[in-house]
Amino acid sequence: MGMYMIRRIVFAIPLLWAISLLTFVLINLSPMDPAVVVLQAQGVPVITDELIARTQQQLGLDQPFLVRYIHWMADCLQLNFGNSYITGQSVWLLLGPALVNTLRLTLVSAVSIIIVSVVLGVICALQAGRLLDRSMRMLAFILTAVPSYGLAALLIWYFSVRLDWLPTSGMESYRSYILPVLIITISYAGLYFRNVRSSMLSNLNKDYVLYGRASGLPERTITLHILRNSLQVAVSIFCMAIPIILGSTVVVENVFAWPGLGSLSVRAILSRDFPVIQAYVLILAVSFVIFNAISDMINAAINPKLRNGL
Amino acid sequence: MKIWKKGSMDKTGSLSLLVVIGVIMAGLFAPLLAPHDPLAVQMSLRYAGPSWEYLLGNDQLGRCILSRLIYGIRPSVLAVLVVLLFSVLIGAVLGFAAGYFRGRIDTWIMRICDVVLSFPGYVMTLAIVGILGVGLENILIAFVLTKWAWFARVIRTSVLQYTEQDYIRFARATGMRHGQIIRRHVIPVTFADIAVVASSSIGAMILQISGFSFLGLGIQAPQAEWGMMLNEAREVMFTRPEMMLPPGMAIVIVVSAFHFLADSLQVALDPRLRQSGVQHDRQPEHKEVPVRL
Amino acid sequence: MNILEVDQLNIKDTHTGKVIVDNVSFELRQGRCLAIVGESGSGKSLTCRAIMRLNPSSLHQTGRILFRETDLNALSAREMRNMRGRPIGMIMQNGMSAFDPSCVVGVHFRETLGEHYGWSRSVIDAMMQEAMQSVMLNQPAQLMNRYPHELSGGMLQRMMIALTLVLKPDIIIADEPTTALDTLSQQEVMAQFIHLRRTLGSSMIFISHDLGAVRHIADDVLIMKSGQIIERGETGQLFTAPRHDYTRQLLSARLTLSDHFRQLINEE
Repeated sequence: MGMYMIRRIVFAIPLLWAISLLTFVLINLSPMDPAVVVLQAQGVPVITDELIARTQQQLGLDQPFLVRYIHWMADCLQLNFGNSYITGQSVWLLLGPALVNTLRLTLVSAVSIIIVSVVLGVICALQAGRLLDRSMRMLAFILTAVPSYGLAALLIWYFSVRLDWLPTSGMESYRSYILPVLIITISYAGLYFRNVRSSMLSNLNKDYVLYGRASGLPERTITLHILRNSLQVAVSIFCMAIPIILGSTVVVENVFAWPGLGSLSVRAILSRDFPVIQAYVLILAVSFVIFNAISDMINAAINPKLRNGL
Repeated sequence: MKIWKKGSMDKTGSLSLLVVIGVIMAGLFAPLLAPHDPLAVQMSLRYAGPSWEYLLGNDQLGRCILSRLIYGIRPSVLAVLVVLLFSVLIGAVLGFAAGYFRGRIDTWIMRICDVVLSFPGYVMTLAIVGILGVGLENILIAFVLTKWAWFARVIRTSVLQYTEQDYIRFARATGMRHGQIIRRHVIPVTFADIAVVASSSIGAMILQISGFSFLGLGIQAPQAEWGMMLNEAREVMFTRPEMMLPPGMAIVIVVSAFHFLADSLQVALDPRLRQSGVQHDRQPEHKEVPVRL
Repeated sequence: MNILEVDQLNIKDTHTGKVIVDNVSFELRQGRCLAIVGESGSGKSLTCRAIMRLNPSSLHQTGRILFRETDLNALSAREMRNMRGRPIGMIMQNGMSAFDPSCVVGVHFRETLGEHYGWSRSVIDAMMQEAMQSVMLNQPAQLMNRYPHELSGGMLQRMMIALTLVLKPDIIIADEPTTALDTLSQQEVMAQFIHLRRTLGSSMIFISHDLGAVRHIADDVLIMKSGQIIERGETGQLFTAPRHDYTRQLLSARLTLSDHFRQLINEE
């Protein structure tokens, strides 16, 4: 197991490097000159070539690509992502708290997703083919076709405006979590509960279940074995869901004005605040890789067969 | 094509196909079908309810909602189909190359796929839009750039599965040319898998693209797009919640139609799933090795 | 004396309405080994699972299955469970998939023996280690802490035999126990089966399409085809003077095959 973890971490390093390079290259591909963005943000009325050249020098944009990349990498490793072109604030001070808010929303949603999908998946698998199972699957099927922002708006209108039960936006108390978490859960649980269900069902037909029965084991023990094997799926879902939610809270955050990375990034994109966009992409991609690695390790811990792979 | 010959699409599948074809046609012939100009502003008709003249009523600028919905099919559905076509094409070419020739090509293509897929799709799209600027074209470019890797991976797996089979090995051993083997033996069998993957990802893509328009990163006003229409409706959500209904329902109907279509396509193409749709206690296949005497 | 009598057993698939096993009747005498032979899909495995009532609920079975004096088909689920394992034991075709892949194999032994005898863990381990040694498994204590994927099919098969040795069932149902193995492990496992019968003196139902193995171990043979029994008789008699065409076909297929092999070997 120890060896596996080391191999998995070593495997992630070139990926992280490739991501940093890609992020840097992408930003440099932009048709907009960053210097122009900065000058526009400062409200400079007439942008002359001389002014642009001076700003480029200030931003270090006149240096060769490789030098800039190495500088940038070194800075990133110290969590120094430069300053926002628009507000001049340190990007890390801007992104740090937003990242924490997004992570909070993500983790709470992931827990909610895992509970809902495991409970529904197990119930539906045990009731497979009956009315409850069929109606749940139908509902999940329909819900996957509903745009989450539309559903969010609908729920805000009903619970926050009509009934005035819940806050419409922001992040004030635990009650602010209810609607965003509900929306994220609905968008993902439909998919994941079907995974849990089919994993349960495929285990029901496995030989070890037959042999357990043939050996006279009580159903309770056999169900525990089935759960043990199907929950592997649940655990990998949990781990995989975190990075995916992390990347897709954008829409929900914007609808609920959640002070997280999603809201921040959309604002940065609209104002072409490159250092913020760059740091946002890098941070999310890195957390994506890290969470994926963790999920693989947890999977390997539960499923000894996987350890030999990689 | 073999899917249609089999004729095994169920009722929901055929109905969904009708809806999908209908919507695509409506989008293509929008100028002929739309009763009004989708951009014509008539302030006197602001928030007017449905009437014979304007079947679905008018929006905040008095524009005909029905016409906007019909024109909205173009960016919301047709554009997605184009993106899908491009990403499947790229994915298919690379997936075929990787799965068929194996070796170093395979390793490199899969490495690149790993890197691309290690970015969450949303983040990658946001990054590309952030760099290229706001607009539907850039979102579409971003989608092609992020989605191909997923298709390449799926298609590679599918190709791999078939090229391992004896008849293809045999074809190779008899000296058949690669192009010929791919055309005659690999493409026809993997086509089914490609159709299933492609059709099942349309729904999610429609939702995502309209999501970006909803955030104001996609198509720009005054063009009509379903996600943006929802966004416009959201601004008057507290006073006129019914404005969310037409674009919302349009998305739900089209996306469900694609989902149902993908589902029955999968059942029609995969005989293992066909047995009466009850998968749970299908008789466990009893593996028996050919008689060894 | 008959230890098991199967009377008019009928198995029907409720989804398709197809009859898979068609009014099969046979009996198993005390201490004898009955082989059921047939090709894939002949219904032989389903018949044996029907005795233990292990078929999925979509397969409906009717008929009487008398074990000593009790009709197994009329028992409640709970009573039936008590029959499984101890009075009637089963050895599966594929050892590799018969154990929970996420647990070490010892877990299955402890659960099974704990359920039937209520023994403590140390007693179970001691009993199992002795049984495993008697089926030629070395270092049994270590083996019990291995995951199924770390062991070979032949070893797992012998572990199932070892568990059966400790459970001492009255009837052992072996469902193609050698088909998934390579020739060498097949021989080892067959030797252990003969050892098992000799030690326990149990009656046995041995499902196979390996006529060589059947001739080796069985006293009586049933030939099944498309859900029906088409021929039955004592092993020696059936092998020397088959009455049904299908049986003759099976036997001659085996003969020509081995003749062909002999020829090939002689040529070399």
